[in-house]
Amino acid sequence: MANVATETAKAPKTSKDWDMAAVAPFIALALLLVLGYFANPNFMTIPNLLNVVTRSSFIAVIALGATYVITAGGLDLSVGAMLAFVASLMILFLNSGTIADPSMALVAGMALAIAIGAVCGLANGLITTIGRIEPFIATLGTMGIYRGLTTWLSQGGAITVRDRDILALYRPVYSGSFVGVPIPIIVIFVTAAIAAFVLYRTRYGRHVTAVGSNEDVARYSGISINRVRTVTYVIQGLCVAVAVLLYVPRLGSTSATTGSFWELQAITAVVVGGTALRGGVGRIWGTICGAFILEIVGNIMLLSNFVSEYLIGAIQGAIIIIAMLVQRSLMRK
Amino acid sequence: MSFADANPAVPLFEATGLSKTFGVVEVLKDINLTVRAGEVHAIIGENGAGKSTLMKIIAGNLAPTRGEMRIDGETVTFSGPVDAEHRGIVLVHQEILLAPDLTVAQNIYLGRELHKGVFIDDRRMNEGAAKAVRGLGGDIDPDTIVSRLSIAQRQLVQIARVLLVPHRIVIFDEPTASLTPHETDALLKVIRQIRAKGVGVLYISHRLPEVKEIADRVTVLRDGKLVASHETSEIQPADMARLMVGRDVAKLYPDRHAAQARETVLEVEHLSVPGYAQDASFQLKKGEILGFAGLVGAGRTELMEGMVGLRPSRGAVRHLGKPVNFRDVHASLKAGIVYLSEDRKGKGLLLTKDLIVNLTLASLGKFAGALQIDRKRESAALDKAIRDFDIRTGRKDILAGQLSGGNQQKLLLAKMMLLDPSIVIIDEPTRGIDIGNKEQIYKFIANLAEEGRSIIVVSSEMPELIGICDRILVMRSGRIVGEVTGDHMNENEIVVLATGVTKGEAA
Repeated sequence: MANVATETAKAPKTSKDWDMAAVAPFIALALLLVLGYFANPNFMTIPNLLNVVTRSSFIAVIALGATYVITAGGLDLSVGAMLAFVASLMILFLNSGTIADPSMALVAGMALAIAIGAVCGLANGLITTIGRIEPFIATLGTMGIYRGLTTWLSQGGAITVRDRDILALYRPVYSGSFVGVPIPIIVIFVTAAIAAFVLYRTRYGRHVTAVGSNEDVARYSGISINRVRTVTYVIQGLCVAVAVLLYVPRLGSTSATTGSFWELQAITAVVVGGTALRGGVGRIWGTICGAFILEIVGNIMLLSNFVSEYLIGAIQGAIIIIAMLVQRSLMRK
Repeated sequence: MSFADANPAVPLFEATGLSKTFGVVEVLKDINLTVRAGEVHAIIGENGAGKSTLMKIIAGNLAPTRGEMRIDGETVTFSGPVDAEHRGIVLVHQEILLAPDLTVAQNIYLGRELHKGVFIDDRRMNEGAAKAVRGLGGDIDPDTIVSRLSIAQRQLVQIARVLLVPHRIVIFDEPTASLTPHETDALLKVIRQIRAKGVGVLYISHRLPEVKEIADRVTVLRDGKLVASHETSEIQPADMARLMVGRDVAKLYPDRHAAQARETVLEVEHLSVPGYAQDASFQLKKGEILGFAGLVGAGRTELMEGMVGLRPSRGAVRHLGKPVNFRDVHASLKAGIVYLSEDRKGKGLLLTKDLIVNLTLASLGKFAGALQIDRKRESAALDKAIRDFDIRTGRKDILAGQLSGGNQQKLLLAKMMLLDPSIVIIDEPTRGIDIGNKEQIYKFIANLAEEGRSIIVVSSEMPELIGICDRILVMRSGRIVGEVTGDHMNENEIVVLATGVTKGEAA
């Protein structure tokens, strides 16, 4: 058929053409590594790289959840405050002495953190879906609530794990390693693998993408949009809780400013990784790559003397804008 | 208007040898076209015949690869649409391009606001807008917010906006596509007025009776070539159709066996969709094709959406004798009732996703194992869908948005048929689809009924309803006002029911 030939020739673009957008963050990461190599000889050393990746674990894990929320067409600004809130409650529980045995107390505390994270996420989800409030406003509200509650719990100061036994038991979760690989790095890759499997291989993942791509099409296809969206916020809450599990043993303490601006870093990681901010395209490994890029940029700035490390926020802000420009130019082609 | 009358021996506009190539594909080949002052020249052709490309070239949106355009015998090239506008060529777009939150006057003067010093002169703009709209036979308060207007009124505003520029040639790109017959009549009247002022009109449409009515000359495009150009008085709509398609189209509709008295599968009683449809009652029988006719806005789509749980509704629906009340689409899909939206691109398919994702979206459960989706089964399902529904695509990994309208509709049909429904509701099954694909879609619909499924077809195209339905219900202002069957299934009876007035009164 003549007109079939016309159509295919006129539109040589196929789903394959999106690959460039998927590869771009990894190219950026590679370029950064090269840059770091020339900036400081200490950069390209195993201990430094392991340290950098370990430090990126909080943002990386939070950003995995953000990938789900954003892919489904939502947004969650409350994650930084939520992390501080969940961590504070977890430490208060550990300090309460409800369970005498340190290891049992620790397990219970971790389970509690997971449960609170899920509930906080559920609250965000229900407010945006059932309450029909724009996710930006809804999570701006809960951000204030979680942050305010944290400040109140800590009375403006810090909340610190008091039990030395628990802390000794818990420390290795952040600083320990397994066959030479720091535990946080293992956590990053395991959670990312799970997230990738669910997003790419399961019905639910397909539904998340469909809802973000076109809500109406999803609804007319019999998909419950509210349920799919709400669950993305719960997943986000769970990811925040996992980040809490890594965060608490690091310093054994939280304060009113814990996790400040982490929501912006998480969103930056997601967008730098190639996930579309308007929803419909989610890239799990891109998000991980984005989180690494953010941390490596900071590390290079610290190691080199070109730029003051106090400018790190400005550089990260510039990165998100550049990433958006690159993303758009790749999609236009 | 502001241009002086030209020498009548030289045509107002003349194009010779216009060609346009995209990449390696020639979408327009050697088109010769003239437009005289004071005539309506219709351009007809199937989707993809090159009508839009030709109009874009004439309106300055595209540059021709080869060929020449002359105005008053003088060769012209356009650097863009604004340039063409300066030469007096204006285009009325098919889609409504107005800012919905601004007023009529603000829209008409958008980008060319009248002002007194630094202040905007609202009074003068309102007067000008009112005059422009009245000049087109309309009566709209220039201070009305555009989002409150009907589609027909918005189109009038859009035309008024275009005609504010001094013009000699006006191009109308399928202006009646979303208008009711009544509104179409009003628009044709406006076009006659424009013509009477000595303006040349290029009129694109594939509604042939309308072309016969309004145009002085008609030019037929097929596969980018000009196949015929006639005085309209010499040619009948049937001939136009034959020229457009390149073959006989008498057999557009499939043969249907008369439906026997069979069991009722769906009973709807006093169903109301608040704000759209009131007190609708009807029955659907097994293997039947039931049509829903009516004007745009009669509440047909909303009634169907209410029935399948896409909108809140009140009333009783019995499916296979059992009362059902679908709260969401998931429930109605599970019961075996599928609804194919008229808005294929907005509500039917994920245009930026590939064919497989679209095909299996509504029936993913069938492709999911314990944990993950079985991609091999999905791929096999796509192969089968491409075969069964003759989806024409060079590659299987393209995005749904890259398919032609007809193939998108086939994909949507394939997607919903994966659910193996017993009741299929199709809203505007052939909107924006060319004749070849239309014929196939009618055949698919007839086959589904032969298989014992029950079909509801909602359509604004009366010939199509008459061609494929066993029975047609007519809606007007949210109510079912009548049923036509057998010999009574003709356009006249349907129009009388749909408009509530006899044909004579309507005109």
